[in-house]
Amino acid sequence: MNGEVFVNFPFIIVALLLAIGFYTIGFKRNLIKVVIGIEILEGAVNLFLVALGYVKGGYAPIYTLAPQEAANPQNMVLPTPQALTLTSIVIGVAVSALMLAFAVNIYKHYGTLDVTKIRRLRG
Amino acid sequence: MIEHLPALMIAVPLFGAFIAPLFKKKQNIAAIWAILITAVTVGLSLLLMYQVRLNGVIVYVFGANKPTLVLPSGYKVPIRIMFEIDGIGAFMAISATLMSFIGALYSYSHVKAESGLEKYYALLLLLEVGILGMVLTGDLFNLFVFLEIAGIAGSALVGFRNYRGEASEAGIKYLIVSAVASLMVLFAIGILYGEYGNLNLAYISKQVSFNTLDMIAFGLLFTSFAMKCGSVPMHYWVPDAYTEVPAGINPVLLVSTYASLYALFRVSFTLFANISLSLTRIGWIMSVLGVLTMFIGVTMALVQKDVKRLMSYHAISQTGYMLLGVGVGLTVLSDPKALAEFGRTAMAGGIFHIINHIIYKSLLLMTAGALFYVTGTRNLNEMGGLARKMPITTLCFIVGAAAISGIPPFNGFASKFLIYESSYRLNPLLAVFAMVTSILTLASFVKVFASAFLGPPLEKFENAKEVPKPMIVAMVILALLCILFGLFPDIVLDKLVYPAVDALIKVAQYQTWGGLA
Repeated sequence: MNGEVFVNFPFIIVALLLAIGFYTIGFKRNLIKVVIGIEILEGAVNLFLVALGYVKGGYAPIYTLAPQEAANPQNMVLPTPQALTLTSIVIGVAVSALMLAFAVNIYKHYGTLDVTKIRRLRG
Repeated sequence: MIEHLPALMIAVPLFGAFIAPLFKKKQNIAAIWAILITAVTVGLSLLLMYQVRLNGVIVYVFGANKPTLVLPSGYKVPIRIMFEIDGIGAFMAISATLMSFIGALYSYSHVKAESGLEKYYALLLLLEVGILGMVLTGDLFNLFVFLEIAGIAGSALVGFRNYRGEASEAGIKYLIVSAVASLMVLFAIGILYGEYGNLNLAYISKQVSFNTLDMIAFGLLFTSFAMKCGSVPMHYWVPDAYTEVPAGINPVLLVSTYASLYALFRVSFTLFANISLSLTRIGWIMSVLGVLTMFIGVTMALVQKDVKRLMSYHAISQTGYMLLGVGVGLTVLSDPKALAEFGRTAMAGGIFHIINHIIYKSLLLMTAGALFYVTGTRNLNEMGGLARKMPITTLCFIVGAAAISGIPPFNGFASKFLIYESSYRLNPLLAVFAMVTSILTLASFVKVFASAFLGPPLEKFENAKEVPKPMIVAMVILALLCILFGLFPDIVLDKLVYPAVDALIKVAQYQTWGGLA
C-alpha cells in the first residue's frame, strides 16, 4: 500500500497542480495571475511527462563512462520524455514572454490589469 | 529532389521566415520576399498533391531512408520523426499555401504605412510553417510543436497593431486559449505515450482500445481542438482575433483555425478509429456541436455593427457546417451501406466547405479591410454610398456575399447543397437548421451591402478612391476562384475533395506504411 502511494506521488502532485492552474486561470482577476496560472498548468504537464519517463533501476542513455551493468542497452531508458519536456519548456518560455508583453501593452493602454475591466471588445 | 518534397514544404517557408527580419531597412523588399516564398510554397503544395494522387500515401522519415528502422535492443516500434501525407493533408496544404500567398500579396499595400513590417512578414511565414507542419506530420508530438508555433505566431500577429489596446486584448485572449488548448493536447499525448510508449500516429491508432485512459485522452484532444477551431462553447476568441488582426493576415489565420479542425478530424477518424467506429455517439456529438455552432454564430452576427466583427461571427457559423458535414459521416462510419449512400457525400460537403469557406470568407474580410483602408472606420453606421467610389471592391463583396449565403452558381452553394441533402438523410432537423442559418446569413449580408455600399454618397468620403492594385489583385483572384469552384464543382470534388474524404475513411491505408507490427 505504502509503496503504491510513493510510486503514484508525482501523479497526485500533477493532479493538484492542474487543479490549481485551472482555478487560477478561471477565477483570478489580475492578468499577471492568469499568466502565472498558465505557467502552473505547464509545470503540471512537464512534471507529468518527466514522471512518465522514470523507470526504476534504469540508466540514463549515455554510453560515455557508463557503469558496467548499464552497458547493456536493455537497462537504459528511452530519452524521449525528457526530450519532450525540454521542448515543451522552451515553447513555454516563448508563450509566457509573449503573454507578459501583451500584459504590459494592455496596462499601458487601459491603465489596469483587472480582466473584468479589460473589455473594450464585446458584443 | 522530389522525394524530399515533404521536408521542403517546411524548410522553404522556415528559411523565408528567418531571412525576412534582415530586410529591416527596406521593408518593401521584405514584402516582396514573403510573396516570393509563399508563391514557391504554392507550387510545392500542388506538386505534393500530384505526388499523393500518383503514389498514394507519402511517408517521409527524417534522418533515415525508410521508416522500418528499429532500436538496437530489437524493440520493434517506429522511433523516428516522420511526415505522413495523404489526401486530406495535401488538401489542407494547398489551402494553407494558397491563402498565405494571397495574404502576403494583399498585405503588400494594406499594411504599408505601419512600421516593423519585416517582423510582420517573418511571423506570417512562421504561421504558414505551423499550419503546414500540423497538416503534414505523422507524429503526435510534432503536431503539438507545430500547433504551438501556429498559436504563438498567430497571436503575435493579432496583437500586431500594438498602438491599439484592443489588439493586445484580442491577442492575449487568443494566446490564453491556444496555450491552454495545446497544454491539454500535450497532456493527452503524455497519456498515450505512457500507455503505448510511442508517438507515431499510425502506430498508436493500431493499439488504441476501449479503456478509460484512452477515453480520457480522446476527450482531451477532442475538446482542445474543438476549442481551437472556434466551435461553440469556446468561440468567444474568434470575433476578437479576426477583427483586430490586419486584414492581410485574416486568410492565414482562418486556415490556422481549420488546421485545428483538421487535427480534430484526424484524431477522431484515424487516431481513435477503434473507438469512433463502435461509438456512433461521437459522430452525433460532432454534428450537434456543428448545428449549435452555426446557429449561435449567425444569430450573434445579425446584431453586429462592426463590419469585420459581423463577418467573424459568420466564420464561426460556417465552421458549424464543416462539423455537421463531417460529423454526419462519422456517425455512419461503421455502417458501410449508409456511408456509401450519404455519409461520404456529407463528408465531401464538409471538407469541400473548408476550402470554399476559406476562399469566400477571406474575400469578404479583405473587402472589409479595403473599406477600413479607405474610410478609416469599421462601423457600418458611418459608411455609405461607397459603391460608386470602389466598384471592384463592391463587385468582389457581392460575389463573396452570394457565395457565403449559398446562392448558385457560387462555390458556397456547391458544398452547402451536399451537406443539406446528406444531413437530411440522417435527421431532417439537421438540414432544417442548416438552411435557416443560410437564410439568416443572407439577411445579414444584405444589411452590410445596403449600409456600406448603397445609399447617397457621403460628403466625408468624397475623395475616397479604389484601393491599390495588389489588394485588388488579391481580391479578384479569390472572387474568380469563388466563381470557378461554383461552376465546376465536379472537377474540384474529384481532384481534391474525394481523395481527402477517402483518406479519412480508410484508416487501414494510413496504418500500412512500414510493415512494423
